[in-house]
Amino acid sequence: MADVNRGNRPLSPFMIGTYYRPQMTSISSIMVRITGIATLGTAFLVVCWLLAAATSPDAFAVVDGLLRSFVGDILMLCATWAIWYHMLGRLRHVIWDLGYLVELDVSQKMGWGMFIGATVLTIITVLVV
Amino acid sequence: MRFLTDRKRAQGLGSGRTGTHHHWKMMISSAVLVVLVPLFVFTFGTALGRDYEAVLAFFARPFPAILTALTAVVVILHCKSEADEAIIDYVHGTPGKLLIVAVGALSYTLIAAALFALVKLAL
Repeated sequence: MADVNRGNRPLSPFMIGTYYRPQMTSISSIMVRITGIATLGTAFLVVCWLLAAATSPDAFAVVDGLLRSFVGDILMLCATWAIWYHMLGRLRHVIWDLGYLVELDVSQKMGWGMFIGATVLTIITVLVV
Repeated sequence: MRFLTDRKRAQGLGSGRTGTHHHWKMMISSAVLVVLVPLFVFTFGTALGRDYEAVLAFFARPFPAILTALTAVVVILHCKSEADEAIIDYVHGTPGKLLIVAVGALSYTLIAAALFALVKLAL
């Protein structure tokens, strides 16, 4: 049957804006998606670097110089945080999917754990690398 | 009593008509990320910052080369799925379809380029 009311139906409110107050569960979930897409950008940079290394010393000097410049350092720092955060966020999805830790207070704690964990892992990465 | 299994009832459903396939693939790659990401971050981290000759020598070794190749395939396909999900959620109609094609083209090009570079560096 044709939907006569198309386009005029009540829509569920968007997560961001005045409709919902910010919650740890929603913000930490949105960040998983953002960091996942950002990691595709990181992949682009890393592949450019590999391709440059495989091409010639001159090409490598250009791309390596970019990645190791001040802006490059900041970018790689953010990229490192993003990939760690995404890994932890996705781990949370796996844990949830197996049926564990779905209680609200535990989920909120895991959200904090993702932000803090990614930051700690990034600091460790900077110290080790 | 129903003779259909739970899996059979879910197959072919969902807005994408592919049932739980996408979700299941995401769960698998998510679990794999927990292994690959730490290995790759520290491996790539030690490679970045070396001079040209040292980088060539580094990726000529089996462990960094194989790990980077695995990461390139698994992580890029994972992020492609992540981007696809976001596009399906927020961009509709023809622009959405074109964006999905574009993200796919970018992702597979990146994978091919990474593998080519690694083969050239390793051999």
